[in-house]
Amino acid sequence: MSTVMAAAESSASRRGLARLRSTGPAGIASAAVIAVATFAAAFGPLLAPYDPDLPNLSLSWVGPAGGHLLGYDFEGRDVLSRLVAGAQSSMLGPLVVVILSVTAGTLLAVTAAWRRGVSDTAISSGLNIVFAFPGILLAVLAAAIFGAGLPAAAIALSIAYLPYVARVLRGAALKERGQPYVAALEVQGASATAICLRHVVPNIGPLIVAQATILFGYAMVDLAAISYLGLGVQPPTANWGVMISENKDGLLLGHPLPAVAAGLCIVIVVIAVNVLGERLFEQARAVRG
Amino acid sequence: MRGRFVARRLVLLVASLLVASFVIFAALYLAPGTPLAALSGGQPLPPGSAQVLEQRYHLNESFLAQYWYWLDNALHGNLGISITLRENVSTLIASRIWTTAGLVLYASVIIVVLGIGLGIVSGLRSGPLDTSVLVVTAVSAAIPAFVAAIALIMVFAVKLGWFPALGNGTGFLSNVRHFTLPAVALAGASLAIVARVTRAAVRAEGDREHVQTAVSRGIPARYVIQRHILRNAAIPITTITGITIASLIAVAAVVEVAFSLNGLGAYLVQAAESKDIAVVQGISLLLVTAFVVVNLLTDLICAALDPRLAHRDSPR
Repeated sequence: MSTVMAAAESSASRRGLARLRSTGPAGIASAAVIAVATFAAAFGPLLAPYDPDLPNLSLSWVGPAGGHLLGYDFEGRDVLSRLVAGAQSSMLGPLVVVILSVTAGTLLAVTAAWRRGVSDTAISSGLNIVFAFPGILLAVLAAAIFGAGLPAAAIALSIAYLPYVARVLRGAALKERGQPYVAALEVQGASATAICLRHVVPNIGPLIVAQATILFGYAMVDLAAISYLGLGVQPPTANWGVMISENKDGLLLGHPLPAVAAGLCIVIVVIAVNVLGERLFEQARAVRG
Repeated sequence: MRGRFVARRLVLLVASLLVASFVIFAALYLAPGTPLAALSGGQPLPPGSAQVLEQRYHLNESFLAQYWYWLDNALHGNLGISITLRENVSTLIASRIWTTAGLVLYASVIIVVLGIGLGIVSGLRSGPLDTSVLVVTAVSAAIPAFVAAIALIMVFAVKLGWFPALGNGTGFLSNVRHFTLPAVALAGASLAIVARVTRAAVRAEGDREHVQTAVSRGIPARYVIQRHILRNAAIPITTITGITIASLIAVAAVVEVAFSLNGLGAYLVQAAESKDIAVVQGISLLLVTAFVVVNLLTDLICAALDPRLAHRDSPR
C-alpha cells in the first residue's frame, strides 16, 4: 500500500517537475525565488542571524556595519534578521488567503457548473454582490468591525477574491460538464460528487494551480498594503509591509535602506509569482485548447 | 434593445448597491458587543449621549426598520456623526472627497495616455522598444503602490527635489505638483497591466486574416490600424482600463497614507483604527458606489463600442 502511494507520489512529483521545466528559464528562476522565500518563511526565525525583535535605540538608523549587512532599523534592530523572520507572516498570510479562496471558489464554481439553473443563478448573483467590494476596502471594513490583525484581513481578502476565482473556474467547469465522458460516467451511475472530485476538478487542475499562483501575488500585495496601513500584522511582529511603514521616516531622514529592502523583498517575490503564474496559465490554456 | 440593456444593467447596479449597503449597515451588528458599543467606538458613554444615539439609530426598533432609517438618511446625505470628531460624517467626507477624486482622476489620465499608448506602440511593432516595454511592465506590474511611493519619494522628492514628498498643497498649480508623485505611484502597476493587455489585444487583431488581407491589398497602414486593429482591440482595452481604474478607488487609501494626503481613503483607515463606525460606514458606502458605477460605465462603453455585446449579454 505504502509503496503504491509512494510510487504514485513520485510520479506526480515527476510530472510536476516536468511541467516546471517546460516553463523555461524564467519559470525555473521564479520557482527558485519562491522556494527560497518559502524556506525563509518556514525556518525564518531560526535562520535570522540576530534577534529580529531586540531593539537598541542607540543603534537606530545605523547603516551596514560589521556583520549587520543591511544595517539597523528605526529602533536599532538588525534589518536582515527582520527581513528573514518577516518572511513568515508575509508569506503565510497570502498562502491562507489562496487556500481559502481557491477552495471555496472551486467548490462554488463546480457546483454552479454542475447543477446549472437556479443554483448557478444564485451563486453567480451572490458573487456579483461580493464583486462590489474591492479587497482592500473589505479588509479595512473587517478591521473596523473585528479589530486590526492578520486573521480578519486574510478572511476578508479570501471573500473579496471569490468572484474572480469562481468566474474563471466556472467557465472551465462548464466546458468540462459538457464533455461526453461526463455523460458516460453519469449513465454508468457514478455519483455527482465522485465525478466532480475524481474527474472534473483534476481536469481543471492546471487552471486551478495557475489561478492560485497569480492569486498569491495579489494577496501578497494586498496583505502587505493592509499591514502597511496598520490594520494587518501588528508591530513589533516582523513583516515586510510593517517594516516599510515603521521605517517610512527614514526616507526623509536619509536612511532609506530598511524600507527599501523590505519593499524589494515584496517586489521580487511578486514578480516571481506572476511570471510563474503566467507561464502556468499559458500551459493550462495550451493543454485545454 | 440598447435601452433594455442599459435598463437591466441599472437594475442590477441598484440591486447590488442595496445588498452592499445592507452588508455595510450590518457591520454594526457583526461587531462584538452591542450596536451601541460599536457606535461609541467601545468607549463608555454618558447616559445622555447613549440616549441620543439610541434615538438617532432607532436602536429599539427592529433590525430591518433600523436599516431602512439608516438607508433613507444616507440617501438624503445624512451619514450620521463621527464619534471622534463629533461632526457630521457628510461634512467630513465633503472636505476630503476632492483629494481622492483628483488623485484617482490624475492617475486615470496617466493610465489611459501612457498605458494604452505604450501598449499600442509596442503591439504594432516588434523590436527593442517592444521588448523593453514587456520587461519594464512585467517588473512594474509587481510593484505595489506603497513600494512605488518609497522609490518616488527617495528619487524625486529627496534626491532631486523636483516634487514635494508630503501633503496636499494649496491652489491648483501647487495641487498638481503635490499630486504628481502620488498619482504616478497609484497609476504604476495598473499602467503596466493596461499596457500589457493593450499590447496583446493589438497583436491578436493584427494577426487576423482580414487585417493581413487589408495590408496585402495595399490599404494604407493608418486606415488598417484605425479601422481594423484598434476598432476591434478597443473592447479588451476598455475593459481592462475600466477594471483597473475602478480598483484605484480602494488603492488610493494606501497612496494617501504614503504621501500624507488628506483624502477619503486615509481618513477611512484612521476611522477603522479608532473604530469610528459611522465614518467607516459612510466612506465604505461611497467607495463601493463609485467602484460599482465605474464598472457599469465600463460595461456601457464596451456595449456602445460593440453593439453585439448588448445582444449577447445574458444574466451571469
